[in-house]
Amino acid sequence: MLKNKIAELMNEPGCATNQAKSDAQRKKGCSKPLTPGAAAGGCCFDGAKIALQPITDVVHLVHGPIACEGNSWDTRNSWSSGGDLYRLGFTTDLSNLDIVHGGEKKLYKAIKRSIARYKPAAVFVYQTCVGALIGDDVDAVCKAATERLGTPVIPVNAPGFVGSKNLGNRLGGEALFEHVIGTVDPGDAGPTDINILGEYNVAGELDQFRPLLARLGIRLRASITGDARFRDVAACHTARANMVLCSQALVTLARKMKETYGIPYFEGSFYGISDTSDALRNIARMLVEKGADPTLTDRAEALIAEEEAKAWAALAQFRPRLAGRKVLLYTGGVKSWSVIQALQEVGMEVVGSSVRKATEADKAKALERLGGDEDKLADAITPRDMYAMFTDGKADMMLSGGRSQFVALKARTPWLDINQERHHGYACYDGMVELVRQIDLAINNPIWAQVRRPAPWEEA
Amino acid sequence: MALVINHNKALSTSPLKTSAPLGAALAFMGMDGCMPLFHGSQGCTAFALVMMVRHFREAIPLQTTAMNEISTILGGSEQVAEALKNINKRAQPKLIGLVSTALTETRGEDTRGDLNRIVAANKDLPPVVYVPAPDFEGSLETGWGKAVGAMIDAFAQPSSQPPLKRVNILPGVHLTPGDIEALKEMVEDFGLEPVVLPDLSGSMDGHVPNAYVPTTLGGTSIEQVRGMGRAVLTIAIGEHMRISAEKLNDKTGVPYELFDRVTGLEAVDRLMVVLSTAAGIPVPAKYRRQRSQLVDAMLDGHFFFGGRSVAVAGEPALMWTYAKLMAEMGANVVAAVTTLHTPLLSEVPAERVIIGDFEDVEDQILESGGADLLIANANGRLLAGRHGIPLFRAGFPVFDRLGAAHLASVGYRGTRDLIFAIGNILMEHPSHGHGMHLAHSEHIHGDAPVAAG
Repeated sequence: MLKNKIAELMNEPGCATNQAKSDAQRKKGCSKPLTPGAAAGGCCFDGAKIALQPITDVVHLVHGPIACEGNSWDTRNSWSSGGDLYRLGFTTDLSNLDIVHGGEKKLYKAIKRSIARYKPAAVFVYQTCVGALIGDDVDAVCKAATERLGTPVIPVNAPGFVGSKNLGNRLGGEALFEHVIGTVDPGDAGPTDINILGEYNVAGELDQFRPLLARLGIRLRASITGDARFRDVAACHTARANMVLCSQALVTLARKMKETYGIPYFEGSFYGISDTSDALRNIARMLVEKGADPTLTDRAEALIAEEEAKAWAALAQFRPRLAGRKVLLYTGGVKSWSVIQALQEVGMEVVGSSVRKATEADKAKALERLGGDEDKLADAITPRDMYAMFTDGKADMMLSGGRSQFVALKARTPWLDINQERHHGYACYDGMVELVRQIDLAINNPIWAQVRRPAPWEEA
Repeated sequence: MALVINHNKALSTSPLKTSAPLGAALAFMGMDGCMPLFHGSQGCTAFALVMMVRHFREAIPLQTTAMNEISTILGGSEQVAEALKNINKRAQPKLIGLVSTALTETRGEDTRGDLNRIVAANKDLPPVVYVPAPDFEGSLETGWGKAVGAMIDAFAQPSSQPPLKRVNILPGVHLTPGDIEALKEMVEDFGLEPVVLPDLSGSMDGHVPNAYVPTTLGGTSIEQVRGMGRAVLTIAIGEHMRISAEKLNDKTGVPYELFDRVTGLEAVDRLMVVLSTAAGIPVPAKYRRQRSQLVDAMLDGHFFFGGRSVAVAGEPALMWTYAKLMAEMGANVVAAVTTLHTPLLSEVPAERVIIGDFEDVEDQILESGGADLLIANANGRLLAGRHGIPLFRAGFPVFDRLGAAHLASVGYRGTRDLIFAIGNILMEHPSHGHGMHLAHSEHIHGDAPVAAG
């Protein structure tokens, strides 16, 4: 069963990357075999956890040995505007004996105890490699627990060995579709309700776009799953439109919601100024098509014009401090091309941009922004080459995720975190201004002159 | 005498424990030119790697055999072979540490047998040290101890030549690079040459190299481990290093002294006597002066510790070290929580020692009517914040403070500084009084306590 689900997820017709492939390529699916000894990145369980952990009012219970939760709990930077139950780590901490005797009873007891003590809106149970290997039937335990304990207990069947983090994101979405979405009637569905899929409220970014939506009278029913409450996710089938933010993670969920509940969706981004404007336009258009007040379109345009003017004006002040500086973009989730636009606007030269996770359409757009210079588009840069780019002066700064930060820092080169562990929200108009402000702070920090100077006894 | 309690809970909430393979990986971080490799799914490596990156704020070399669905069913020896060859090609390490995980151990893989065949067929591979460390057995200390033992098995050898003025140090996983640096300095000041296995102070001390290095950078070399047989003495620190010390003694004949800790006046006195005896010289003036400073720090500081309630949570050796120091300064250890059973636990200066998690820490604190201070790793921040208790971060991981690798608590000077650091926190927070705000109005006792051991 899990196998069929994975095959389906790997062959997603709604995926833009997939649409651009030939029939033969598509049949192969999108799984890339990992190279032992040269692999980087999380497992399927990690991906499922990333996709679901931001739901704040539930217990996230990991059925596995200590490594899966003990080595990773409370490390993700999703913020909550409410409680912090989601930040606690829960695990069955499978031991030797559990592996011999089976872990189903222990899992049931763990679910029961977590409900008694923490009174969660629901319990999400994550299967892991070991639970799967010893044949523990997590689905059956969750079903029994739901019936007997009266609290929804949701199985998330994504053991680490079945694939990558990205597949895990999708399997997390599957769990929501099968067990959560559509189980609650909110009783107050309105004509301007939307959901946002693949948004995790990293560094509180929801508060950069929720106000924009509010000014247009649009209600965010559920962010899936940033700062989400279980009830809102369960009732999100009543929304009128879905925006898919991180396209490769939850597009399958969007397609299924369209097929089952008739909710149209589009893929968009809140990173970058014109991307944000496009997203707002799309949301307005879809809602009007679904029967919302047609003046929404004009109101959206007015808001876009006002916010864009403000943002570009705010960016202009950074130009004298940043013009001519060379930046390397090594990004994952944040769309490359729309960030390039903002950096170029302040006069920075983008000397390279990775397009590892971008769709073909995104690549084309990024290429256009970079003046058609194919050399500047990189799939993956080895740490050694990256280090050389800094020491040879080909790049003055890098924007990337935490994994590569020390390549830049050890080369005494400014670096800014734009991945999931970032501490500042970079979404929408304000977020893009904040990003440029952070770049300014990093690249113009006074330490660089001192740390690059050799010790007095090393000077020639 | 403490009552040692293991609830054997079905549900671990806010774990204190981290995994054994992570402990093994940490040990390999202290080896020169090393690349550790987890035999498991890529998540096993990713979690451990991220945790070490966040703690040390350093690039961490750690690879994976990337077990997938097919190799999980058919067996992973091909994955191991391919991983070793790829690592050798890309990173050219001087040593590879191969660590099994719960995934491969549950399968029952014969990784040692596989490894022997792979090494025989690939003569160009660097030495590979295999550490079986399933996640479902033990904790950070377990994996660290196993990895050190495996390196002794692999490289240590007896010497027919007369011993040098050399002292082996087997530090426990609770010691930081800063601690090891301080220990080496002490040994050197006695005119002895320290060989540390593993030496995190050479690799994880946050230095800036002048080239990109894909493996560990600094640390103990294989050559140094081979030379451990020519030492006059081995100093092992932490009960979990006992097995390694005995192993080294069996293989090389070098006698050992096991220290349960090297923090606190009496403990450091003992270390000084042992070093002085080994070196055949009196304790240098520098340390007599430092001892005097520590005595003075205890005199100045005891006002702020006396009668205060302190909760301590961590791996056994870390918890022991801090609980003993707190008790020695006159504080009451109102909660002592650790990750696994060890012989010393019944001697912890507390009423009870719980083998458990941060939920147990919270319950113990509530039961005793509050605490003035929590000493634990960074994951204690949630509970500390909830109850308004200051958190002194110690152990692994500490991901929300700078300089975790440099926090030194060993020797007279380390103890002195620790008394100042903790004393200052206690001074700033006069008393927890009765103002505890309880987040959970009801307080459930699920499983009845069961005495263990």
